[in-house]
Amino acid sequence: MDVFGSFALLLAFVCAVYAFVGGIAAIVTRHPLLVKSTRQAGMATCCLIFFATFSLEYLFFTDNFSIAYVVSHSNRDLSSFYKIAALWSGMEGSLLFWSFLLAIYVLSVLVTYRNKNGELMPYVGVVMAGVQIFFLTLNNFVESPFKALAVPAADGVMNFVARADGNGLNPLLQYPEMVIHPPNLYSGYTGFTIPFAFALGALLARYPGEKWIHLTRKWTMIAWMFQSLGIMLGAHWAYAVLGWGGYWGWDPVENASLLPWLTGTAFLHSVMMQEKRGMMKVWNVWLVFCTFLLCILGTFLTRSGVVSSVHAFARSQTSSWFVGFMGVILLVCFGAYLKNRDYLKSENQLDSVISRESSFLFNNLLFVVACVAVLSGTLFPVFSEWFTGDRISVGAPYFNRVNIPIGLLILFLTGVGPLLAWRKTSTESLKRNFGWPLAIGIASGTIAFGFGFREYFSLVCLILCAFVATTILLEFYRGSKVIRARSGASFAASAIDLTMRNTRRYGGYVVHMGMVFVFIGLAGAAFNRNVQKDMQVGQTMQIGPYTMVMQGMDTKPERNYTGQRMLVEVLRDNKPLMMLYPEKRHFETTEETGTMVAIYSTLKEDLYVVYAGTSPDTQLPVLHAYLNPLVKWIWFGGVTVVFGTLVALLPNRRSVLVLAGAPQPATQPLPHAVPSSAALREGHD
Amino acid sequence: MKKQAKFGIGIGVIIGALGFLAWLGYGESKTYYHTIAELQTLKASARTQRMRVAGTVTAGSIRRLSGRVDFVLEGEGKTLPVSYIGSDPLPDTFVDKSQALVEGRPGPEGRFVAEHVQAKCASKYEAAPGGGDGAAASSTQRSSM
Repeated sequence: MDVFGSFALLLAFVCAVYAFVGGIAAIVTRHPLLVKSTRQAGMATCCLIFFATFSLEYLFFTDNFSIAYVVSHSNRDLSSFYKIAALWSGMEGSLLFWSFLLAIYVLSVLVTYRNKNGELMPYVGVVMAGVQIFFLTLNNFVESPFKALAVPAADGVMNFVARADGNGLNPLLQYPEMVIHPPNLYSGYTGFTIPFAFALGALLARYPGEKWIHLTRKWTMIAWMFQSLGIMLGAHWAYAVLGWGGYWGWDPVENASLLPWLTGTAFLHSVMMQEKRGMMKVWNVWLVFCTFLLCILGTFLTRSGVVSSVHAFARSQTSSWFVGFMGVILLVCFGAYLKNRDYLKSENQLDSVISRESSFLFNNLLFVVACVAVLSGTLFPVFSEWFTGDRISVGAPYFNRVNIPIGLLILFLTGVGPLLAWRKTSTESLKRNFGWPLAIGIASGTIAFGFGFREYFSLVCLILCAFVATTILLEFYRGSKVIRARSGASFAASAIDLTMRNTRRYGGYVVHMGMVFVFIGLAGAAFNRNVQKDMQVGQTMQIGPYTMVMQGMDTKPERNYTGQRMLVEVLRDNKPLMMLYPEKRHFETTEETGTMVAIYSTLKEDLYVVYAGTSPDTQLPVLHAYLNPLVKWIWFGGVTVVFGTLVALLPNRRSVLVLAGAPQPATQPLPHAVPSSAALREGHD
Repeated sequence: MKKQAKFGIGIGVIIGALGFLAWLGYGESKTYYHTIAELQTLKASARTQRMRVAGTVTAGSIRRLSGRVDFVLEGEGKTLPVSYIGSDPLPDTFVDKSQALVEGRPGPEGRFVAEHVQAKCASKYEAAPGGGDGAAASSTQRSSM
């Protein structure tokens, strides 16, 4: 099966090269048969990558310990669930997995548009094949996952050997979320290849701007959704497994996943400027280019450990490949831009500071500044070493100081932007749209202040959350009211009807609402508390309203590890509430230990309990408890964001009411005429 | 005032303010990386900086004393005695011959005083995807937001 897999990969490489070279020839000659054959070569590449990936999985499932990669990442006792995850637990497998996910996207694009957009698709196909060639080069010639296990014999000659059992999977990865987190994040990373291919293809082909923007909208949103979900799952995994009480540590790998998300989010907003007003064309093209570059950079940072490692830059061969590839992309993008920049001329100018355009402009500015700040902070050790010779890193205070104000400003724009009119907004409409939200925001701030809320940023965040949530709810309320007045349906049904008529707009509001929930959760972090104590049986520890009583220890042997648990009884206001079992797992095959956090989660706060090891002084188990307010809102917000994106991906249902009512306007006079409603106005999304 | 000027001022104020905050945050959190060999050649002024030093834990050197843990790091043929004075228990991965990253300041008599320790088992695993080196290593504490 390893031979089959590596041949499939090699053949995939050949097909991709053909799709690339043949594609260029097809663009030059415009020969229809050549166009067709390169497209089919592209499809064949994808299928071959699928074969290779499945054969690597097969090797895992059949416990084939003659393959180096299987030996390093699996063992016989590993459950099948984690054998799937073992595929992407190392460098070689992750890169193959990248190719695999990219192949799914590429195949979908090639099949979806096989008979459409004839002028553009050959260009798109060439760009996609180019990206595939890079990853297939790594898969085949640099980091092959199918290498047989070989050890040097006494005479120095390498001998192939098969082991009886493997080294096992890293305990940190033996957690259900670790099985779904990387596929999501990688689907985000790879997914941005598609908008990139369309943007670059359209620029090269001088294809009309609105058209490629329209074509890529769906693909960008899918990639963005996976990226968001991947970041969320990563944060949740860090929270539930690493046991340090937080979910985001501004770690280089976390930052790497955030960077393309920031530019991708900026792009999702700024495309509307191009669609509605024909503005920001250059900006949009470069946002897509940068997003894709940041995806490659993210993959590179995740895999190479360039930043987190304390050693000098770029030791491994793979690093040089990645840096080279990013250089090539940048050159190609720049060349294409210089050659065809006249085609990206803006059709309109900014009219007013208080307008939709300017809110988008500032939204984009903030996202990009956040991205630059996070990027420079992440790469600071690398650059400081280049320029000064000293390797200097920056930590959480740097990232927080810059990104908290940016986050709050963006949150503010989330509320304001969608309600400003294009071109220029009148004072009257400002009053109508923002009167209530402002009042409710300020009222909730005052109440919180009255209750002794003194964390400045959290207070601002709370006011803004109330403000933004009110603007969104008002939008739904106003729109639903109009529909309800005419259809007589319930408010809920009207709201659903309203959403289905303009999924993009109302799905977008749902996403915004999700972000409000996330911000509520983030604001809670200012009030985190934690205590730690060596616990004898019967001893208690207090945090907030909770009392923890140490009841004892137990040991439970499992198939792949032995778990040692603290039995902790939790009382709330001195009434028994529940038992928590923070655990340490000892993995026999690897001599490694993993931590399992026990969490009691409510909307108000999380009680987060860790068995933190044995105290050096007393030899007693140490219990570390954290009280983290509002954390659950973050996960809830993440789910809402994904749900909103799915809604926005649905096709619009045409407004049935208007169509049905239109032929007989005289017999059914409508007291609330549709056009007067801001909510149903066309082109308002 | 011209529209472009208004936008220019707005953008300038935002970027200026954020740049200032970035500079503040940089000053608060910058940490130098040094190798064990470099540490011995640092000038007196540089020895007061907050820094990170990486090395391999010398087998059998870990001594758990009351209030602190002493151990020796080695790398590039040099050794560095370290006292860990942090309050958190040491990570599970901190054992003999593990790769450790200590963060703190050089103390008197050539002893490094560490407030945080990260440790990673010697090359048995590669870094986790999405978790990376930072995640695959466990540490005594990580700063968060």
